Amino acid sequence: MSLPLEHYLIFSLLLLSLGIFGVLARRNAIGVLIAIELILNAVNLNLVVFSRTVSSTPETGQIFAFFVIALAAAGAAVGLAIVMAIYRSRKSVQMQEFNLMKW
Amino acid sequence: MADLAYWIPVGPFLAFGINILFGKQVKHKAALISIAASVLSCLLAWPLMYRVASEGHALTGDFVWLTLGNHPLHFGYLIDPLAATLLLVVTLVGTLIQIYAAGYMHDEARFSRFFAFVSLFMAAMLTLVIANHYLLFFMSWEVMGLCSYLLIGFYTEKDSAANASKKAFMTTRIGDVGFFLGLLTLHVAIGTLNFNELHEAVHLNAGHALLPMAALLIFCGTIGKSAQFPLHVWLPDAMEGPTPVSALIHAATMVAAGVYLVARSFVLLEVFPQVMPVIAVTGTITAFMAAFIALTATDIKKVLAYSTISQLGYMVAAMGLGSMMAGMFHLTTHAFFKALLFLGAGSVIHGTGTQDIREMGGLFGKMKSTAITFLIASLAIAGVPPLAGFWSKDEILLAAHDSGNPYIYFILSLTAFMTAFYMFRLFILTFLGKPRNPHIHAHESPALMTGPLWVLAAGSVLIGLPGSPWMHHWFQNFLAGGHHASEHVVNLRVMGMSVGIGLAGILLAVVIYARGLGMAERLARALRPFHTASINKLWFDEFYDIVFIRPFKAVARLLFRFDQQVVDGLVNGAGRGTGGLSRLHQLFDQYVIDGLVNFTGYFTQWWSAVIRRAQTGLVQNYLLIVFSGVILLLYFGMH
Repeated sequence: MSLPLEHYLIFSLLLLSLGIFGVLARRNAIGVLIAIELILNAVNLNLVVFSRTVSSTPETGQIFAFFVIALAAAGAAVGLAIVMAIYRSRKSVQMQEFNLMKW
Repeated sequence: MADLAYWIPVGPFLAFGINILFGKQVKHKAALISIAASVLSCLLAWPLMYRVASEGHALTGDFVWLTLGNHPLHFGYLIDPLAATLLLVVTLVGTLIQIYAAGYMHDEARFSRFFAFVSLFMAAMLTLVIANHYLLFFMSWEVMGLCSYLLIGFYTEKDSAANASKKAFMTTRIGDVGFFLGLLTLHVAIGTLNFNELHEAVHLNAGHALLPMAALLIFCGTIGKSAQFPLHVWLPDAMEGPTPVSALIHAATMVAAGVYLVARSFVLLEVFPQVMPVIAVTGTITAFMAAFIALTATDIKKVLAYSTISQLGYMVAAMGLGSMMAGMFHLTTHAFFKALLFLGAGSVIHGTGTQDIREMGGLFGKMKSTAITFLIASLAIAGVPPLAGFWSKDEILLAAHDSGNPYIYFILSLTAFMTAFYMFRLFILTFLGKPRNPHIHAHESPALMTGPLWVLAAGSVLIGLPGSPWMHHWFQNFLAGGHHASEHVVNLRVMGMSVGIGLAGILLAVVIYARGLGMAERLARALRPFHTASINKLWFDEFYDIVFIRPFKAVARLLFRFDQQVVDGLVNGAGRGTGGLSRLHQLFDQYVIDGLVNFTGYFTQWWSAVIRRAQTGLVQNYLLIVFSGVILLLYFGMH
């Protein structure tokens, strides 16, 4: 527990950037879902770290992190279900094929 | 009892209503209805007249007809000796003429309309006679004018009749406008138009500056209605109407209404020494001028028309000379013998089919009743005693003599001479001698027509007697309301003169015309300037044509052209301008306003076509934009 706060934040930033890049650039829908998990985990890391170091009530951030984990699980389930549904109609999980909402 | 007076004009008015509305249904019963109404008026009127005569005071009654501001108009009746006299004349002569007309108009297609108009006229005339108020008087005066117009133009298919009716209406209108202005002036001056209050009000306001003007303007009504110089030109033309109308309206009653107006306004007129001579001179000029024109007239009705004008001039002159009774007396007698003359002329026209006396002649044997009654009337108008005309004309000449103006006396005497002459010229040419036109087969008129002739002939003989010295000038005293106990002196010199003049006129006519037209033609050549003047009716019509009608028409044409070119031009210009402007407006609307609207539409369409390309449907594109936005917000948030 001697690592300074900045290290955690930099790591979290890297994680977030990686997630954003994945979301924007991955061609595979599964990959995009995984990248979203990366973003959520970067947030979780931040919540936990801040609750340990600067918060006067450390429980709050940690409990919040659990909520995010639950949300991520639910989101992944829904996301996967959507991907499955689209796969059935398009026979593909490529993101550029997912333009059903086009004008 | 007295209030029965209100019902006097009602009968004829109802007859008018029935005949005009149900003319098709009543057909020839129209005459019966009108005559019955007239007889009813007679029966209502005579007891009232008897009461006036026996009780010696006027019967009055009124009600508030209308309140103008806080000035109530009391309309009602005033039956004084004056009104009673005229009431007798109008109901009696009117009834007789209508009986005659039933025969005369028998073959006329518009029979019921004729009697409708005559009944309306009777209603108006009776209202006028018993009116107690100048305004009521004026209203019925105007209705009579309307009836006159309708009846002169009764033969609507004749252009000359239509023109004559227009001429009569417009000429009398000039006088009527004066009359109405006179009434307004009078009201301003004395504050009342009621005959009952007239005497008192005039004497209270005798100094009022407007009063003489009011008197003169009211006299204008007489000039128009009674065909006095210079507005006499309508009456000869009015002879275009059916002959019974000429007898009733244009000889016996309506034209006498003007004289009656003077008699009614006498208390007003006699106050002003500057007004009376105007009246006297107007009457004298009229009497002489019309007699002069009558000398050469060849249409039987025109002779009688000019004679009527002349006799009306006599009446007006008598009034102007201050002898209201003489004027009214002559009015009464004249109504009988002039109606008789006209009806006789109608009978002649009926029998011969012509109005030109040069074509007649020798009718005495074929039309005995007509000829004898015509002779009686001619003697009456010529002033042969003891017939009616003698007594009344003598009264007028006496008044002229006593007025101290020798010129008026001389001119009126000369007129009396001419009257006797032209009447006997007419009689001789019509009834005596040999028939001049072999194509005319005259026949006597039916009894329906000759009956009234005989009654009127009896009237022409007898009606003068109440005013004669034999009955102690009962009529004159009656008119005066019994105030002036008989101060009438019989001036035998004047009387003798008047008889002599009349007989001389008759004699001259006999001498000249006894052997046909030959001598008359030689005489006409000898007196060419006079003959030309007379036969051209003193060029009155031509004079009016040049002085009034042509300038009027020229101005009218000018105004018409102004109307057509300037006013119409303005209107049309405004129309065309509006059209042009609206076309411009339409273009503006079409291109600018519609353009804006359409542009909004097109622009929206085009821009949305552009902008919808942003909606790719690819989630990653949207996310890219979201993240770019977050980064931008962070960037701006930091600064």
